[in-house]
Order: sequence, then C-alpha cells, then structure tokens
Amino acid sequence: MKKLVHRLGWPGTIALAVVLLFVFVGLFAPWIAPYPAQGAGAPNVLAKLAPPSADYWLGTDHLGRDILSRIIYGTRVSLTNGVLIVAFSLLIGLPVGLAAGYFGGWIDEALMRGTDVFLAFPALLLAVLMAAALGPGFLNSIIAVAVTWWPWYARLARAEVLVLRGQPYVEAARLAGVSHPRIIARHILPATGRPLTVQAALDVGPALLTAAALSFLGLGVLPPTADWGQMVDAGRKFFPARWWYSAMPGLTIFIVALAFSVLGDALRERKGGTVRAPA
Amino acid sequence: MPLLDISDLCVRIPTPEGEVHAVRAVSLRIERGEIHGVIGESGCGKTMTGMATLGLAPKGARIEAARFHFDGADLREQAKALRGKRIGMIAQDPAAALNPVLSIARQMDDVIRAHRTLPREARRREAADLLAATGLPDPGRVLKSYPHQLSGGMQQRVVIAQALATGADFLIADEPTTALDVSVGAQVLALLRKLVAERGLTVLMITHDMDVIAEACDRATVLYAGRSVETGPVEAVLQKPGHPYTRALLAALPDAAPHGARLAAIEGSIPPPRTRIAGCAFAPRCPKAMPVCAAEPPPERARDRHTWLCHLPEDAA
Repeated sequence: MKKLVHRLGWPGTIALAVVLLFVFVGLFAPWIAPYPAQGAGAPNVLAKLAPPSADYWLGTDHLGRDILSRIIYGTRVSLTNGVLIVAFSLLIGLPVGLAAGYFGGWIDEALMRGTDVFLAFPALLLAVLMAAALGPGFLNSIIAVAVTWWPWYARLARAEVLVLRGQPYVEAARLAGVSHPRIIARHILPATGRPLTVQAALDVGPALLTAAALSFLGLGVLPPTADWGQMVDAGRKFFPARWWYSAMPGLTIFIVALAFSVLGDALRERKGGTVRAPA
Repeated sequence: MPLLDISDLCVRIPTPEGEVHAVRAVSLRIERGEIHGVIGESGCGKTMTGMATLGLAPKGARIEAARFHFDGADLREQAKALRGKRIGMIAQDPAAALNPVLSIARQMDDVIRAHRTLPREARRREAADLLAATGLPDPGRVLKSYPHQLSGGMQQRVVIAQALATGADFLIADEPTTALDVSVGAQVLALLRKLVAERGLTVLMITHDMDVIAEACDRATVLYAGRSVETGPVEAVLQKPGHPYTRALLAALPDAAPHGARLAAIEGSIPPPRTRIAGCAFAPRCPKAMPVCAAEPPPERARDRHTWLCHLPEDAA
C-alpha cells in the first residue's frame, strides 16, 4: 500500500480506488443494487419521480425506478463500453501501425494516409455520423466510437515501431534470416505493447465519456437497459424540478471520467519503472 | 572459380543534392576458405560494398557492375535470397546486435529455427554446440544469460555463433573488433581463423586497421575513394606495397615512426563522393604524382598475384 501511494501519489491512489470500486460494483450489480429488478428495467410506477429519501437514496425516475440501482446497473454498460471501445481500437490500430512502421514505403504511405482521413473529421461528429448510420444499440455505439479512436493507436504504434526497426538487433535478426512475423512477435510487439497498453488504460475514461455522449444523443444502448448517458437524457425533460434524475447519473459520469483521468496522469508520471527493484 | 566475384562494382545513391558515388569501381575476388580483408579510410566505400553484397544498399541505390556474382549466382537478383542463408553478417557492435531484454537462448533459438526444423531439445543442444564452437566456456550458463550479463568478447562470440547457426558459408564481418578491447579483439580474430579452418568458411573482413589485416587475413584489397586500388596476398601488400596510397597508409602506422618523431599523416583528404574523377583519385595527395595522374585512369600493374593501379612503373614504386 505504501509502495502504491509512493508510485501513484495520493490523487492517483484515490482515483485507482474509485475505478476499482466501480469495477466491483459493475461486476456484482445484482447483489449490490438495492432494487435489482428496477436496475434491470422493471417499472415501479407507484413511486414515480420520488426525490432522494431513505428508501430511494438518489431518488427515482419517471417510471419510479430507483436511480441508484439504475446507476449501478449502468456501470456494467459504461465500463464495458469503455473497455470494448479501446479494445476494438487496439485491434484495428495496432496491426495498422505495426505494418506501416515495420514495412515502410508505399504500405506506410497508404495506411497512414487512410488513417489521416479518419483524423480529418472531428471525432465526436464522426462517431455520431457512424452511430446514426449503423443505428442505435450497444455494439453499434461501440463500433462508432472505435472508428474514431483507432487512428491514434495506429500512429502511436507506428512511431514506436519506427524507433525499434532501426535497432541493430532487429537488423541483425533479419540478416540472420529470422522471418518478419517472428521478428515482429519477438522484438517489435513486446516493446510497442507496453506504451500502448498504458495508453489504452488511460483511454478507457474518455472512451466511456464519448459513449455516454452518444447514448445521451439517443444513439447508444436502448431502454430498458440502464445507461448513464441515456439516463441524463431521459431526465432532461424533468429538469430542473426533478433535478436528481439527470444530476445523479451526470455526477457519476463526472466522477468516473475524472477518476480515469487522474489515474492516467498518475500512471504517466509514476515514479520508477515497471521493473523497479523494491526500495 | 572465386566464391565472391565482383568486378567494377559501382553504387550510386540519389540524394536531393545529386547522386553520390558511394562505390565507384570496386573489384573483389574472394576464394573459398580465405579471409579477405578490405581496408580503407572512412567513406571509401568498404561498408557499402558489404551492404550491396547483402542486398542491403539504401533504397533507390543504383548498382552496376561488370560482374557481381556469388558462387555463380548474380547478386543483383539473388542477394536477398542468399542473405541469411549462405551469406551471414557479423556486426560491428555486438552489444547492439543482441536484444537486451531477451535471453541468449531465445535469440539463438530464433535463428536456428529459421533455418532448420528440429524439435525444441535438439535446437537447444545445437545452440549449446554452436556457443561451444565459438570458445565460450559453459554454454549452458551463457544460454540462460541476458546480453548485459556477458562481456563484450562473449557477446561477439554469441553473435558469431548466431552467424554460424544460419549455416552460412560466407561471412561478412564489418569491423568485428572495433568495439572490443585489443586483447579481446585478437581472440575474436583467432576464433575466426579457427572457424575458417575447421568449417571451411570464407570471410570478408571490413576494417580500417592494418593490424587486423596483418593478424587475420590471407589476402587484402585496399579501397580508396570507392575504388579498389591494390589487391594481393597480405604479405605482399604489407611488405611490398605497390600503390602510393597503401605505402602512405603503412607509413602512417604509429609503429612505423621512430620513437619521439612526429607521426606521418597523409596530407589532404579523400575527394568528396559527388566529384567526378578523371585520372587517379589519389593524385592530388600523392607525393609522386605526375601530370598524367590527374588526366588518365592509371593502368594495372602486377607482380605475381599482387596487382595495383598506378601510373608509376613497377620499379619506381
């Protein structure tokens, strides 16, 4: 624990704790939520738009569902959103960047100019366009955001590979007849993988935020599945009189996005390397 | 038939400022089983000749030659196919040629499996045998080591073992001892000699060090400004040099100067690689230059298998 605080600093440690808390909450939503059925979408019309109280800590929505339970269930969607967006982006961006950087020449030109096309559009606008074209839905919204996200991984991977490709040991391996796939797997991928995984970890927060923006615009998951962005949108009609409906999920998005961002900064500036000997 | 047969190799590299003549006219005839030294100062084209032989000339480079053959195969077409199979390379800096985060076992294994299909255990035994062949004591321990745990000499032995693992019978060693201590360098040269004798290898040794030529090579070729100006058996080249440049190089060795005397240097510098050279490239720096030297390409002079290019008649040399 002391070591962790030393590495990440207090803000980073707290942010990590918040992130882990949400992961835990998402994993065990049915056991943690006070009203699991409502969290999953069952209406409870007798308690429509109730303000925060002892029964409903964060109030209820227009169908009377406990907002705390909805947020807890929404954690699953939001976190999977963030993780899957980043994973899909890595899945596309990493091979593109590896190929562009490693083989160079016209392959590099073709791949990177193609990548630039995606970067030429404002990211959110492109995501909205994609989501509108694909139609709303869990998987579609993830694909829509990933489409705007992968070029950054392609660029990062390419930059790393360019440095590595010039290493004498890579040239030596090639001169010794080691095949391209093996050189990539042995010498290139492990060394690019590390900065990329750090970047990916940092990106889960912003990715989840973008996904929330999409579902706020009605392009994300469909009701009755709980989703933070969609809850903020639904509560908009009752704002400010029933402020808790929008404010509570909004606050949640704020906290999680902030936690990821602070954790990201802490990771970037962390003291000591990954293979640091215990002090 | 020589194993490597190069005649009038010319490598031109396009740059924004015009074409660079990296190699102008290099001829090399390397017989099987010999260590052939290629010596010259920086920029004379010795490394570029090696790179062209490996098919690794820079992108866009134009390679022309009257003959550019390895064991009957035209290197202009087949260099890539031969590289890493029959032609191996020993890098200058062994520490850089090994991936710092992978064990020697891994890096040996990668090379062995690229050339032969053997079960894992056999590959490991092969790796240990190859390391033992390069004179490394306790190959098992070396295999488990990482590059930083080995000394420079041990690293260079590992690099040589990797070159052997490819099964190549022709090795290009680009200044293999430059990064090493003199005593360790001598051991590595002795090892190369031993491997050449035991395994029938042929080595092209690129160096700027006359001592390396004297110590390890059978024959030598002297390059000046992208041309091979003198070639022959090492004893002949070192003891009865024909070309004024070779003589100047030998005179510039610190050992050649009397104790306390100023060291001899060759006045001037090599012509820049973009200039056209009509006559002898060394003429502007040559102490015995004649008017004809700057105007006409020098004729070939020969004494047995020792040849050089010079306008001076043999006896006047």
